[in-house]
Amino acid sequence: MAAGLMAGFGHYTHAIVRGIPASLASEALRSIQAEVDVTKARREHDAYVHALRTTLGLQVVELPADETMPDCVFVEDAAVVCGDTALITRPGAESRRRETEAMKAALKELNLNVVEMTDESATLDGGDVLFTGREFFVGLSKRTNQRGAEILADAFKDYAVSTVPVMEGLHLKSFCSMGGPGLIIIGSSEPAQKALKIMQQMSDHRYDKLTVPDDLAANCIYMNLSNKGHVLLHCTPEEFPESAKMFEKLKDHMLIPLSNMEKVKVDGALTCCSVLLNKKADN
Amino acid sequence: MTTEAGSETEVKENAEEKSAARLDQSKKATEKTQEVVEEGEAEKEKEGKGITRYLPTWFKKQKSQSQTSPTKEDPPTEEPVSKVNQEEAHVPEVNGHAEEVEEKEQVKEKESESHSNASADTEPAGEEKVEESAQKSLESTEETQEVAEKEEDKKEVEKDRRQGQTSIFQSPLRLVRKNKMKLVVCHVTLLDGSDFTCEVEKRAKGLFLFFKVCEHLNLLEKDYFGLTYKDHHEQKCWLDPTKEIKRQIRSNNWQFAFNVKFYPPDPSLLSEDITRYLLCLQLREDVASGRLPCSFVTHALLGSYTLQAEIGDYEPDQPRPLDYINQLTFAPNQSKEMEEKILELHKSHKGMTPAQADCQFLENAKKLSMYGVDLHHAKDCEGVDIMLGVCANGLLVYKDRLRINRFAWPKILKISYKRNNFYIKIRPGETEQFESTVGFKLQNHRSAKRLWKVCVENHSFFRLNAPEQPPKARFLTLGSKFRYSGRTQNQTRMASTLIDRPAPAFERTSSKRISRSLDGAPMISITDTSREAENGHEPHLELHSDSKSPGRVRGDNIYVRHSKLMLEDHDKTQDEVLKHQASVSELKRSFMEASPPSPPQLNLWEKHLTSSPATATRVQQQTVTTEVEIEETVVVQEISKAAKPAEELQTWEGQVQGGARLEKKRESISSESESDEEAEYHPNVSLSIRHAQIPEEKEEEEEEQERKELSASSSPVEVNQAAAAVEDEGKDCAEEEKKEVGAEEPMKTPDKAPNGMTPHEEVMCVTTEEEELPKVNGEDSVVEARSQVICCSEPPVVKTEMVTISDTFAAQKSEIATKEVPIVHTETKTITYEAAQLDGSGDGEPGVLMTAQTITSESLCTTTTTHITKTLKGGLSETRIEKRIVITGDCDIDHDQALAQAIKEAKEQHPDMSVTRVVVHKETELAEEDD
Repeated sequence: MAAGLMAGFGHYTHAIVRGIPASLASEALRSIQAEVDVTKARREHDAYVHALRTTLGLQVVELPADETMPDCVFVEDAAVVCGDTALITRPGAESRRRETEAMKAALKELNLNVVEMTDESATLDGGDVLFTGREFFVGLSKRTNQRGAEILADAFKDYAVSTVPVMEGLHLKSFCSMGGPGLIIIGSSEPAQKALKIMQQMSDHRYDKLTVPDDLAANCIYMNLSNKGHVLLHCTPEEFPESAKMFEKLKDHMLIPLSNMEKVKVDGALTCCSVLLNKKADN
Repeated sequence: MTTEAGSETEVKENAEEKSAARLDQSKKATEKTQEVVEEGEAEKEKEGKGITRYLPTWFKKQKSQSQTSPTKEDPPTEEPVSKVNQEEAHVPEVNGHAEEVEEKEQVKEKESESHSNASADTEPAGEEKVEESAQKSLESTEETQEVAEKEEDKKEVEKDRRQGQTSIFQSPLRLVRKNKMKLVVCHVTLLDGSDFTCEVEKRAKGLFLFFKVCEHLNLLEKDYFGLTYKDHHEQKCWLDPTKEIKRQIRSNNWQFAFNVKFYPPDPSLLSEDITRYLLCLQLREDVASGRLPCSFVTHALLGSYTLQAEIGDYEPDQPRPLDYINQLTFAPNQSKEMEEKILELHKSHKGMTPAQADCQFLENAKKLSMYGVDLHHAKDCEGVDIMLGVCANGLLVYKDRLRINRFAWPKILKISYKRNNFYIKIRPGETEQFESTVGFKLQNHRSAKRLWKVCVENHSFFRLNAPEQPPKARFLTLGSKFRYSGRTQNQTRMASTLIDRPAPAFERTSSKRISRSLDGAPMISITDTSREAENGHEPHLELHSDSKSPGRVRGDNIYVRHSKLMLEDHDKTQDEVLKHQASVSELKRSFMEASPPSPPQLNLWEKHLTSSPATATRVQQQTVTTEVEIEETVVVQEISKAAKPAEELQTWEGQVQGGARLEKKRESISSESESDEEAEYHPNVSLSIRHAQIPEEKEEEEEEQERKELSASSSPVEVNQAAAAVEDEGKDCAEEEKKEVGAEEPMKTPDKAPNGMTPHEEVMCVTTEEEELPKVNGEDSVVEARSQVICCSEPPVVKTEMVTISDTFAAQKSEIATKEVPIVHTETKTITYEAAQLDGSGDGEPGVLMTAQTITSESLCTTTTTHITKTLKGGLSETRIEKRIVITGDCDIDHDQALAQAIKEAKEQHPDMSVTRVVVHKETELAEEDD
């Protein structure tokens, strides 16, 4: 605890994931029409969970899939966890609101300080929330509104919460994510670059950036694990050959490519499929 | 006894005094009635003590004075005692006097027996006194002490005055004036919640009081702090150190609070623990009040460091900590749960010294997003409620808790306000071509101004290497000349490295709060020298007001001795610091006023001369400043285009060139009263001391005054506006013992300077006169910023008009050159500037005048003054060369050309000089009326 405020960015001990319901294939929301192979998607997801649990040694809490919630695998949208506090969101898509119930229970189980978003006018998807270790950026998108961002700011009072308009793409994190402390991985599309500019302008902190050619490839998972050091879960070269190469620049990182070809069809990115948290021993 | 006294002089035991006091009290119960009568006085006495006890070095003087004081009454019961003293202590007068005082002292004792610090702190008074083990002697000790106290009280006035005088000598800032000033009592709420009372002269400036408080706190790194007062709208305002307190507070409510003004972004860079401690106190308050929002966990963490700092290590056998923890406020809505958490975390800090705990506290607090953000309510252009936050990095815009925009200082070109609007002009982004202006609506004019001031100060403090000088007094210019007057963060850091004193012991006074809440005694002296607290062995001492505890007495003694040492040291240091500060700022001020050379500006001028101002938007110049100036020029152009007379008047000085301005003047006069509601500040200047191009607003009080005067003076101004220009910079010349030297023949150049007047090189004053010219230039017209009084006396019939040109001019309205103005009739207007507050700028000028020459020819007199100053203070060396050229001619000289020529020559001599100001004073007399 003496480590104090804002220390230990990327330190995680637990991950919450959720299974893929068969309904994903036909009913999950998507921005472009595409056929999803649930079997393939599940295989991808298994590899994902395997990486978290086995390769990285996290405690993985697996919530069962719910057929009535086709998008439930994308747990990230249901909760924002930072430190000891978990904010249960109010997802922007009405069909997804009930996904938060299981998430809330799981987080309570883990003894987190759970805050709920009860305001009926607020919407927030976890996918719009970028936590940099020093502050939050909340994308104002189709799924997230100002009020949702305000409630997030209220839940995490220590941090600055800045809003960033999301012009294109589903979520803020559809084109960016953290690649390390102070390192933002950003897509090269114009909206992505614009958003980055805004974030840089809004911040008192300086961020390095790693620009990757493909926006979707900019969604990675960064961790800083005690026995592994810097870890980055990112796209595979099969999906985004050019972007995958860019990650090789991160010499200090343990790079773990993960395929996301099926889930991406329903707008699922790597970060979408887990909620990561740090349960310190003394809690 | 005397011998005994000798051995014990240095160590005066408070406990003894106190117990003596108590004994006396019972003994003298019979005197109560008398005492009651004098209670009022006793009260005063306490106040006096309040100040003086912290200033042990004064006591000696005090005492010697006290010996001369007459004894007024001599209660019989006291006689034996006093006799004893007279005989044995060799301080008869003191003792004799003591009797009178003692009664009062008793009242005091009764009133506040637990105010042990009162007596503890007066210790030094007793130092030289006889120490006796017998009760009598104790009494006498007390008496003497009381004498001293009484005397303190009596001499308070004198002391203050003395001090005031000292400060005058110490600091050219001239904090107070001499003698015969009325004294007022100031109450300052300190960060630990305690009150500090002191007297200042009624006309003392803010800085004086501030220094007094800092001295009391033993604080050297004072630049991060400031005093606040509440205006009559209950708004918290910063006391301007450069102005008289009286003029700021208005309501005659001399109540202030000592607060952190600039939150250091990295508190670990502070030099002294005491500074960090004070910052901690402020932050604890910020956190507890909710001003600095933080999460549950952070509240708990910060609270635990507070506990560690205040009570030391957690000890299981301590009285149950929960009993007192809930007396402390750590958070706006503090729950049992939070208190438990705080205690839990507190346990984990075992072994941490108070200083370390403070550091940890700050390390965490500084990361909070609202750390050091000063919030102001506002509305955006659509009327939506927002908050503007001023901080070290710039200006933040919040909507509810969300940050919706941020303007870093480097992005901001200009900060201004007009009435209740607050504007910032934003540097264009890489892709944008034009700068944009963002406007916000504030509640009212006052809040707009307050925000503007805070911005100016924060920008200066955190972004500049040296504070910008306030724009100098300008003729007929309204607007605040407010500038940050203290040291910048850079400077204060530099100064901090020079701090050379052992870490001062200081009271962790919030333990006072703890004790207060426990036993209700308002002023308990708890001296935890860090040593004690560090071991964490004496937490209860801090929790109790028990003044008799031996450990405590020891503590007190240590404290007092130590602080004495510190004070001496401190005095010296402060003295130096002060002097340094003063000399530097003095230097700069006079320098500025006399038109300093700032290289970029010359370039700017040239630019304007060679190309149309409109196109000369950005010229690549050597310094950042240059760029900024150019941008300012653009700003200026916009303003002058904006054809609102009121605005133009604002931008009057330095921006509108001669002819154009004259033309405008007529209209503007009537609207002046509006225009004073605005001010501008161009924050983008790095390091350089920029000159007066920034139009601003007068301080309100002066505004009114000036308004009246202006309207008075301006009404007669009509047709022949262009008649004459008054140079308003004269005062510096006078002050700076300039000598007149070179006269140069103005070379005629093929005239047609694009703007009515052209030229520039530092200060040029061109005076053309047909009539006798009252030495307006340079010599006698003394103008002091802010306090100018304009008097109009009618007699001679020359209309005098002032034209000032400084480098930001550039309006394109060159058609109306001054010389083209028809000379119609003769009117005389003598405009006299008087500096209401001379500000002591004249004293102790550390500069050296290197050269000065005057060359005179028949028709034209050019006076060139070169003032070179070099200062070496505190490791800083500054060299400034300023040159002032005054051209005085008596007939049809082409002043444009004269100026051009003069500038040209000056430039040849000093290529990197710049023109900072051009003033044209022209007096014309019409033939008809003349005869």
